Amino acid sequence: MRRETLINTVLTLGLLAVPLAAWAMDEPYTITLATKVVILALAGVGLNLALGLGGLVSLGHAMFFGIGGYAAGILASHAQSYDPIMEWPFLIEGTQSMPVIWLLAIVVSALVALATGALSLRTSGVYFIMITLAFGQMFYYFTISWPAYGGEDGLSIYVRDRFPGLNTLDPMHFFGLCFALLMLGLFIVARISRSGFGLALNAARQNEARVRAVGIEPYRLRLIAFVISGAITGLAGALYADLNRFVSPVMFSWQTSGEIMIFVILGGVARLFGPVAGAALFIILEEVLGGVSDYWHIYLGALLLIVVLFARGGLIGLLAGRNGGGGHD
Amino acid sequence: MTESLLDIRGISKSFGALKASDDVSLDLKQGEIHALIGPNGAGKSTLIAQIAGSLRPDSGEVWLEGRNVTHHDTVARANAGLGRTFQISSLAMEDTVLQNAVLGALGARHRVPGVWRPVMRDSDLRATAIEALREVGLEEFAHFRTADLSHGQRRQLEVAVALTLRPHVFLMDEPMAGLGAEGSAILVEFLRNLKSRAPILLVEHDMDAVFQLADRISVLVYGRIIATGSPDEIRANREVREAYLGEEDEE
Amino acid sequence: MDLVLLIEQLLNGLQFGVMLFLMAAGLTLIFGVMGLINLAHGSLYMVGAFAAAAVASATGSFTLALIASLAAAAIAGVIVEMVVIRRLYDRDHLDQVLATFALILIFSEGTRWVFGSFPLYLDVPSALSGAVDLPFGISYPAYRLAIIGIGFVVAFGLFLLITRTRIGMRIRAGESDREMIAALGVNIAVLYTAVFALGAALAGFAGALVGAIQSVQVGMGEPVLILAFVTIVIGGIGSIRGAFVGALLVGLTDTMGRVLLPVLFGAFMNPSAATSIGSALASMSIYILMAAILLFKPTGLYGSA
Repeated sequence: MRRETLINTVLTLGLLAVPLAAWAMDEPYTITLATKVVILALAGVGLNLALGLGGLVSLGHAMFFGIGGYAAGILASHAQSYDPIMEWPFLIEGTQSMPVIWLLAIVVSALVALATGALSLRTSGVYFIMITLAFGQMFYYFTISWPAYGGEDGLSIYVRDRFPGLNTLDPMHFFGLCFALLMLGLFIVARISRSGFGLALNAARQNEARVRAVGIEPYRLRLIAFVISGAITGLAGALYADLNRFVSPVMFSWQTSGEIMIFVILGGVARLFGPVAGAALFIILEEVLGGVSDYWHIYLGALLLIVVLFARGGLIGLLAGRNGGGGHD
Repeated sequence: MTESLLDIRGISKSFGALKASDDVSLDLKQGEIHALIGPNGAGKSTLIAQIAGSLRPDSGEVWLEGRNVTHHDTVARANAGLGRTFQISSLAMEDTVLQNAVLGALGARHRVPGVWRPVMRDSDLRATAIEALREVGLEEFAHFRTADLSHGQRRQLEVAVALTLRPHVFLMDEPMAGLGAEGSAILVEFLRNLKSRAPILLVEHDMDAVFQLADRISVLVYGRIIATGSPDEIRANREVREAYLGEEDEE
Repeated sequence: MDLVLLIEQLLNGLQFGVMLFLMAAGLTLIFGVMGLINLAHGSLYMVGAFAAAAVASATGSFTLALIASLAAAAIAGVIVEMVVIRRLYDRDHLDQVLATFALILIFSEGTRWVFGSFPLYLDVPSALSGAVDLPFGISYPAYRLAIIGIGFVVAFGLFLLITRTRIGMRIRAGESDREMIAALGVNIAVLYTAVFALGAALAGFAGALVGAIQSVQVGMGEPVLILAFVTIVIGGIGSIRGAFVGALLVGLTDTMGRVLLPVLFGAFMNPSAATSIGSALASMSIYILMAAILLFKPTGLYGSA
């Protein structure tokens, strides 16, 4: 077994073992923390497809995270008030059904990714970074100034969304659901990165002229990658809303974009399980350092600086050694 | 008269006051190697960029297999049958040699690559890629990381990727550069056989190779073609000798 | 809506734009010369504001406060450049983004540690605290008018610095050809540090000037930073002229959008719906402006490919 595969297996088992142990010891807070890791990891898995494989440094992924969150929040609030979202041209009612909410979060995120990606991918380099950042900010200010769904104060979710056959009020059930979706997300991204699309996307990151010279248009590859990436992060946002039973413009803030990127980098960029390791490390640091000092972001900043300047492979890079990358044969 | 597969019709390109291409016309016929030579700064790179599609001419046209592709970009020209190699190796350096070749074979399918099936297990693509690597002598290096190849091997891989495209026209930008005597000799033999598959527009500094290989030679000086003809005609051409007198010492 | 209000808002937009220019000029210079994307530029803005507030409350002098903002931001810039930033020039944009994001975390939390979470206030100097009477019966705060004036002076000074002086020539040479400038015997490391410090000082200065209008608090720099990004994307990254034009466009669009859009929607909607739709759209207006410009010019108004 490759060392990275071993690390991935250990990570997966650890991620399962911690909440199971907490469940046995009746520590629901730890289960919630583990769920948070899983959801944030899924958001990172989405970004990693664009960032790691496609080389698209998006500082606007909070946009999708927030859209997913608000999809959940808005549908749930309408379900609670029995007030349809719209009646014309067709009736859309609120819902508490998770699969419907997820589908909507995915579809809307994908559509927004298509629109913003189509525009921002016309540029590259710093332009792309700044434009994705700006689009994220646009949604942030929009939600702040749009009063219908709480504006700056955010929107509480008073009803618990449901999933057929599960008791989503039970933290362990909800964890299981999120965990299954993370595994599905990882599986999808793994498939994509081994596909012809993944090969070409990864090659376009390394050498755009080469890909063009074989007759493949990098723009189209990147747009597809951006859309899938946004959809996955959007799904994570919907789950995050259900975890917190609350959504607010903070989900759209640029710090959120930065944090999603930190998960990917701390874990190891372009490593399949990088976001999982990164999100776990982030939450552990938040719990440990946050307990030591109110100013734990200083230590986080210092750590991030050290990783960027001196340990570019991130956690998995450190453990598995060099030579990771796209995960091809 | 055989039809030209590649036909450059009077293209001009200026950068400010500098005329990088000045009413350049040249063509490439089935089965031939047409070499383009010229001293440094003659405008070869600019001309290649306009043929490959990364630069638009100010005026003039580029025709490929009877189609006007002047307004097609690089991707469209690749799909129309133009297979190019780069002067400076342009490869996915983190990927394996085989992956680079598979990428070419994938491009030759002319559609957006699928997102689901593992590409390296696609036996058709693999077969095409390995065949191309075998032809240039890189088969045993298939699983090397491209960054670990020698300079000369990267040049070979450039050619192999172009082969996987099964192009109708080859555009080769200094494929011999940095190959060494032995490598050059092998490549000369290889290109001599390759031209029956598709004609080659060969931009090359290595004069020995050019005069061994070319069926026709065009000489570019200060953005203008000053002569086109058989190797013997070019060798005898006074204007060409003058243009190259200073150059020969440097090379 | 009357003319007076409209002109007042135009002046507000101009004042906002001029402040954005001070931020954007540094960002665009640093990118143009060193190829660095610096997210921590907003932190330098914050450093300037805090330095000014601290000095003003200790000495009571606004002039000293402004000098302190320039000095503190420039010194912070030099330190950051020498410790972190210069290791990033040869790195890709992702590394630059991450490292400067890390710097934001360190700067913000560090400032919170030293000054606490409560906002500080910087008073407008008494000489400028009143209003100035302008034609058409407009009365406009003297301090804001002074900011507009200072902004134009700084812009003109920068323009002269870049086009007319030896150091400006070196900066322009550094933009186009690093090797050449090194060959000319100019110490490139010192030049880079100086450019970074200049950009930092401008940001800090802007922070101090704005600090007297708004409150001085942790996190004040990032919204401005992102607007400055929008500005230089619109103007074309690396172009001082683009930064100036972009800054005024963004300042005016944002300010006028907030005033005019609710009025516009009010013409055919009930007032409360018009206000909420108008203000929501206004908050998006500059991003829509940016998107529209990029559709036609992907490298901005004055950007080169």
